Amino acid sequence: MSKDSLFSKKNMKLLSDPLDDNNPITVQVLGICSALAITVQLKPAVVMALSVLVVLSVANVVVSLMRHMIPSRIRIIVFLVVIAALVILVDQVLKAFVYDVSKELSVFVGLIITNCIICGRLEAFAMANPPGKAFLDGLGNSFGYGIILIVVAFFRELLGSGTLYGYPVLEKLGLYDLGYENNGMMILPPMALVTVGVLIWWQRSRNEKLIENK
Amino acid sequence: MDVNKNSYTFGFAAIMVIIVAALLSSAAIGLKPFQDRNIELEKKQNILSSVGIVTDRDGAEELYLTYIKQELVLNNKGEEVEGSTFDIDLAKEVKKEADAQVLPLFISEVDGKTMYIIPLRGKGLWGPIWGFISLEDDLNTVFGAVFDHKGETPGLGAEINRPMFQDPFAGKSIFNGEEFKSIKVIKGGAGEDNMHGVDGISGGTITSDGVTDMLLERLTMYLPYFNKIKPTIEVDSVFSSMDSVVTVNDSIIN
Repeated sequence: MSKDSLFSKKNMKLLSDPLDDNNPITVQVLGICSALAITVQLKPAVVMALSVLVVLSVANVVVSLMRHMIPSRIRIIVFLVVIAALVILVDQVLKAFVYDVSKELSVFVGLIITNCIICGRLEAFAMANPPGKAFLDGLGNSFGYGIILIVVAFFRELLGSGTLYGYPVLEKLGLYDLGYENNGMMILPPMALVTVGVLIWWQRSRNEKLIENK
Repeated sequence: MDVNKNSYTFGFAAIMVIIVAALLSSAAIGLKPFQDRNIELEKKQNILSSVGIVTDRDGAEELYLTYIKQELVLNNKGEEVEGSTFDIDLAKEVKKEADAQVLPLFISEVDGKTMYIIPLRGKGLWGPIWGFISLEDDLNTVFGAVFDHKGETPGLGAEINRPMFQDPFAGKSIFNGEEFKSIKVIKGGAGEDNMHGVDGISGGTITSDGVTDMLLERLTMYLPYFNKIKPTIEVDSVFSSMDSVVTVNDSIIN
């Protein structure tokens, strides 16, 4: 095992890679389902991103700590139990302290369990790396997931409802008086897919590493 | 140690499940008071919104104390019985025989107007639906109604919790003269002059019918109580008009 510190350059790449070069949504195209479902407004998107952050980083650490003890034949089941337990905890905490948001997210919090990003990171990373690195990997990937969620939600809320985090931006700017109208289509799920598509397009045209050889 | 032995696998799974179960149940127990508090405040918020008072959840407690003047528990003969109105679990009550049910009734006073708030509970398409309907002091005119649901189809049946569906209830009558009509949610739309019907939701017919059934079933339970208190309300108004007659007479005599 290398002796480099937790914050070495190599380890920092664990944090920064998923933000761009290896983004779970736009590059690996995982976790799309929730990205489409809860990006109508910023608030649920932020809460969802935070929930995934908690679940993924803790699950990564827990699985990494147990990585020598987990019988490989039942490892996926073990992942699911760990993830499910964490998700239920998050759900209960949301219900107790941010009731409105938990009502809005309703089934989607439960669906974190099926978020491919989480199972994918546990299998691909946490099972083979020590807890510190696994934690950074968890943070990095949930930031990568969260950043896309928030960007998509930003555009959908702004163009679809004319608000940002519930604050009526466009109304304050007086755009409605000039004849502007909200685009109702942005609220519908298909536009989330289009928005994610545009993001992927923009990212691939900008990031040379992602341009495939002909 | 060989982590791939069958016995180890079983042991590992068993221990892990026990630890997780213990962790989750203690979390559930520890957080329950906070969750119950949220549910209680939301109920108060809903009760208030049925009489037209809009508030967020934090303000619900105080406004509830201000506006809800009386909480009654009734049986289906219209008699008052002992009990805590707020804690009645309607989900359990509606499953009992009519005779065994206790009926919650909230009486509020807003701007000097007395209003009767009746909690509702029924079945939608996928699960329970519930709500509150408020009647003005003639026990006939609907002042407002709120509905909510557990899992009706988004965009269709789920629309019952939107103002678009709820607002038309205001001003409708549950009686036609002496005859109890309830309020029906009508597929294809109720006519403008229909005093006992509101527009249904396109594509949400079963949920709409659920609302109709719920209103009919719940309101019927309260009829004995209405019949009992109606005369006193009418007598009150007769008395007040007699008072004015008497004063007129007095002034003539004088």
